[in-house]
Amino acid sequence: MSILIDKNTRVMTQGITGKTGQFHTQTSRAYANGRACFVAGVNPKKAGEDFEGIPIFGTVADAKKATGANVSVIYVPPPFAAAAIEEAVAADLDLVICITEGIPVRDMVRTKHRMQGRRTLLVGPNCPGVITPDEIKIGIMPGHIHKRGPVGVVSRSGTLTYEAVGQLTELGLGQSTCVGIGGDPVNGLKHIDVLRMFNDDPKTEAVVMVGEIGGSDEENAARWVKENMKKPVVGFIAGVTAPPGKRMGHAGAIISGGRGTAQEKLAVMEECGIKTTRNPAEMGRTLKSVLK
Amino acid sequence: MKIHEYQGKQIFREYGMPTPRGFPAMTVDEALEAAKKIGGKLWVVKAQIHAGGRGKGGGVKVAKSLDEVKKYASSILGMQLKTHQTGPSGQKVRRLLIEEGADIKKELYAGMVVDRGTQKVVLMASSEGGMDIEEVAARTPEKIKKVFIDPAQGLSDADADEIALGIGIPQAALAEGRAVFKALYKCFDATDASLAEINPLVLTGNNRVIALDAKLNFDDNALFRHPEIQQLRDLDEEDPLEIEASKYDLNYISLDGNIACMVNGAGLAMATMDTIKLFGGAPANFLDVGGGATAEKVTAAFKIMLSNRKVKAILVNIFGGIMKCDTIANGVVAAAREVKLSIPLVVRMKGTNEELGKKILKDSGLPIISADNMAEAGKKVVAAVRKKAAPTAKPKKKARSAPKRKAKGKKKKK
Repeated sequence: MSILIDKNTRVMTQGITGKTGQFHTQTSRAYANGRACFVAGVNPKKAGEDFEGIPIFGTVADAKKATGANVSVIYVPPPFAAAAIEEAVAADLDLVICITEGIPVRDMVRTKHRMQGRRTLLVGPNCPGVITPDEIKIGIMPGHIHKRGPVGVVSRSGTLTYEAVGQLTELGLGQSTCVGIGGDPVNGLKHIDVLRMFNDDPKTEAVVMVGEIGGSDEENAARWVKENMKKPVVGFIAGVTAPPGKRMGHAGAIISGGRGTAQEKLAVMEECGIKTTRNPAEMGRTLKSVLK
Repeated sequence: MKIHEYQGKQIFREYGMPTPRGFPAMTVDEALEAAKKIGGKLWVVKAQIHAGGRGKGGGVKVAKSLDEVKKYASSILGMQLKTHQTGPSGQKVRRLLIEEGADIKKELYAGMVVDRGTQKVVLMASSEGGMDIEEVAARTPEKIKKVFIDPAQGLSDADADEIALGIGIPQAALAEGRAVFKALYKCFDATDASLAEINPLVLTGNNRVIALDAKLNFDDNALFRHPEIQQLRDLDEEDPLEIEASKYDLNYISLDGNIACMVNGAGLAMATMDTIKLFGGAPANFLDVGGGATAEKVTAAFKIMLSNRKVKAILVNIFGGIMKCDTIANGVVAAAREVKLSIPLVVRMKGTNEELGKKILKDSGLPIISADNMAEAGKKVVAAVRKKAAPTAKPKKKARSAPKRKAKGKKKKK
């Protein structure tokens, strides 16, 4: 088992004809069951064409109807990406994974508002995607560093997630599913939502939670963990050295009004029973230390 | 992106927000001319820099005569204004705003941001104008009134009125207060602002509500649809290194330490800075080279890092997932050669073609220190800086520093 996606997931790529969409569709398709999983592409101007044998449809609804795809991954450029998410939500897909970085916050505020009461889940935007090792990879992460196993990974970052995964794999600890929730301030699933899923997933035995400065999602997740989580969680927060008021690369990584510091997050996580490390080279070993 | 107060007020006026009459001035003569145009007997001379806390730093003066306008404009223009937001070196004042004086009965506060918890725009207002909102939130949180705005409906009259009454705007000025809050939201929404703050918002003797201040920040991701706002960018207010970095699509932020770092990915870049600190060093910058670390991009990054004179060593930390380690290694070697690197360089590479990448670094003949993981990289770079800084025998030091000076002199002549 796993969360969100597995080998039976059928994926459509929104923005399949762009350079990024093409490249990552190729690498995702080459991974594990990718050839069976990636079944459709969407581009309103190229309906009827195909990308390396993957049929292209004019709309998400058409792609769903023709192929049964229940998940979409978005590589559409920022000005149009929020509309692409809304189209997937309107077509009642199970899950939308938005890789696009640089979507205006106002667009996401509106999109999130329109998603209220809808069944579609959103991962991202500005994220590396989701991978269930040896089954399916949807996104831009390097597949080969992953290994199937009992550890869930949830993170706001890209390469820092790979760092955590790389350490786990080197220690022989495989992953159930790795979820990059993205670095934007207004996004889909939060740490708390993914932790809930890992808690319910019988194959996940422990979770690595990677956060960074900005907002209070890590604190909210930690408080939930304290009350509800049946499995050990370990954590790392990036940005202990980040100056206040400066946006550290990610749109959401900013200490504003003295809130959202790494120190504050680490303190709450520790209070809530999450074992943390200040050394990013120790994420894997910290997880190993809490496994029975 | 940040803009100046006078630019913020110009935008406010387009949305019907009442503001004092005023004009920007770049020289003392322009300041006098502005004061004459405004007329009256009371003017405010305000330093225009992007940082807050200008009043406390001596950048805002009330002038009671044209002579005083001249006096204050002369003293403020060109001054190095230090506030709690500028850092110890302060920020040079190059622009002024000359405004008519206001008859202030009460100072209030109004602000707007995107609230991450509710994922909605929140209007915050308080009866405690002139104070930092963070301070009010810490001391007297009950004095902050909030309303979360439904993006489909906008700010309703009822919500605007509740806020206005909640912060002590009297019935007689209620319509004015409502109009100010509605204009603020309209402006925030239409311009893709990330922060809008009026501190103080004032109630005047004749029950008018006026924005005496204007602080507007914009969402960088939305600037593509606001060319008119892009034109308001003032490069004098930004770090020259950050401007240079943005030309190469590098994400760079200057910090106070002496160990530069270049990393791919924002989260990993922060974690690398943290590692330097963890092992007793201090990071000189945040630098995310992004996905495609070509030789050209790496060279640009090296030049930018090295133009910070404090830098004593460089740490490169790359997790090559899709990007291959040999490509990065070639980029690092080319960059080190081109900039004639003379300070210690520690490289940690991980991922695809790692061995090949390490071989390229080794075969280059450059004194590159290799590290297998982040902790080792952190320890090695901190040790390299300490070794360099460690007091060596005096004659040796002299011998070392002498040719260095010469070299610098040569460079300048060129």
